[in-house]
Amino acid sequence: MTGVLTGRARPSSRSTSPGRTPRRRLRRALRRHGKEYLLFAALVGPNLALILVFSYWPVIYNLYLSFTSWDMISPTPTWVGLDEYRQLFTSADFGHVLLNTLKFVVLIVVGAIVGGLATSLVLNQRLRGRGLVRTISFAPHIISGAAIAALWLFMLDPSFGLLRALLDPLGISSPQWTTSSHYSLYALVMVYAWKGIGFCAIIYVAGMQNLPADLFEAATLDGANGWQRFRHVTFPLLSPVTYFLVVTSIIGAFQAYDVTAVMTGGGPGQSSTTLSWFIYQQAFQASNAGLAAAAAMVMLVILLTITILIARYGERRVTYQ
Amino acid sequence: MRVETSTRPQAAHRFPVRRILLYAALVLIAAVFIMPVYWLFSSAVKPSGEIYRYPLQWIPHHLHWSNFTNAWHDAPFGSFFVNSMIVTAVGTAIKMVLATGSAYAFTFLPFPFKRFIFLLLLGALMTPGTVTLLTNYLTASDLGWVDTYAGLIVPGAGSAFGMFLLRQQMLALPREVFEAARVDGASHLRILVRMVIPMSRPMMITVSLISVIEVWNDFIWPLIITTTTQMRTLPIGLLYLKSQEGYNDWGAIMAGTVMVAAPMLIVFLLAQRYIVAGFSGGAVKG
Repeated sequence: MTGVLTGRARPSSRSTSPGRTPRRRLRRALRRHGKEYLLFAALVGPNLALILVFSYWPVIYNLYLSFTSWDMISPTPTWVGLDEYRQLFTSADFGHVLLNTLKFVVLIVVGAIVGGLATSLVLNQRLRGRGLVRTISFAPHIISGAAIAALWLFMLDPSFGLLRALLDPLGISSPQWTTSSHYSLYALVMVYAWKGIGFCAIIYVAGMQNLPADLFEAATLDGANGWQRFRHVTFPLLSPVTYFLVVTSIIGAFQAYDVTAVMTGGGPGQSSTTLSWFIYQQAFQASNAGLAAAAAMVMLVILLTITILIARYGERRVTYQ
Repeated sequence: MRVETSTRPQAAHRFPVRRILLYAALVLIAAVFIMPVYWLFSSAVKPSGEIYRYPLQWIPHHLHWSNFTNAWHDAPFGSFFVNSMIVTAVGTAIKMVLATGSAYAFTFLPFPFKRFIFLLLLGALMTPGTVTLLTNYLTASDLGWVDTYAGLIVPGAGSAFGMFLLRQQMLALPREVFEAARVDGASHLRILVRMVIPMSRPMMITVSLISVIEVWNDFIWPLIITTTTQMRTLPIGLLYLKSQEGYNDWGAIMAGTVMVAAPMLIVFLLAQRYIVAGFSGGAVKG
């Protein structure tokens, strides 16, 4: 950080008695770097302002709202202390929503990562056409979730959907995927996992290409077979990738809206309502700002806890090259 | 392709069964991802007689474009398109200006507590969109931004991740060159525009494409911040088309879905190298 670019000035005449007090040091720094400070403020200021107003302030505001009851029509929220939290944790509905969220997140994360890892093992082989398949498998990640949901809703139609044609030869009649409370949550899981598999696979492939080839040669010379090389060399070395995918998939699954909105709207009943959808419904359909804010705080705490746990546990388990 | 065949390792010839199984797996993977996309595009051009039939009509008899005009009639897809284009273009432009400026400042300019400010910006990545949803709506509503382009664009325009990626890129550039330019009297802005940005081109492309894809596909924020059909973006328009009372013209819905998905598919096919690099973030180097 020295040199012309950061404007390190010539040694000042007073360098024998350097500014000891912070204020004097600041004044000296200002005299030396004033113009660059201004430019920094101009370049970073607007971005910082947007982040403070639309990323940090809403969390604080949300914390306040969670201690109030408010229908968003009356001019001001009413302070009710912990009432909204009490209401959340004593209602069977919310327990049901949390259970849905747990199933939903775990199944999507495991499905996408295990599916992605298996896919990557194939796509990492020297096979004709693998480049094309890599491209195609990644594509669902960049297509709008609403579009993917509309497509899958059509494919899952029990009377003229593509899935019926695939299940019929197996002698299975197509379930009422999105209109029966037994299947609706799993229909959403299937679509989100499908959307995520290619992404996980491509990230794994990129990770595999960075692994040192000599390790595999050494393992082969030691007589390790394909599965042993995967189990003891490839997979441990890929742990930073797995770690990245677990964290991003969990955060993504917790904040899922688009496929849910188009395919089930959380229904039938509450059968496919997860925490994010519950918050949306409470805030924007039931005008229950306090309850929505309290549920949002619950989500924040869950996400922070998971991130910290994974960071602490993962840090010990992750093998860096 | 030819090169790959000739350099195929010896092992491949020794285990033809393994090779056949691998190709079978490759075909299966391809089918899992191609079939739905094929189904989307083929259904969008099928007449309703071919859509509502079982056994399925796998290949449309002839291309039938009226699904697109039906979708266009039943929902204002023209407005949806214009809105999505405006929000994506303007939103990405603002984001790029902010991300590039911030990245340059953090890399090349001094400032008190610079590191703290940097971490503060990055910390925004930890605030989940679900938690900020309701209160951002209230803020936007206080500003009179409900159902406006400002409301659609501004709250998401700040850049943390893009700024981070660009800063990583700028840290890797040769500092001496810029210091020499400073000595020759070039201003910071001149160095940024004439040297740093051109030298960071691949990362600039990556960051802007990720923004384009994210803004175009964004769902929950446009859903709550717009109230009139005329202000909806494409993904919300698709939900609107699908959820109209008793509406089940699947041909038109598939046509609408093509209109939402195709632009990003094209962008992806043209620039997948940059896009994959960006989405893999810090997980994978190279």
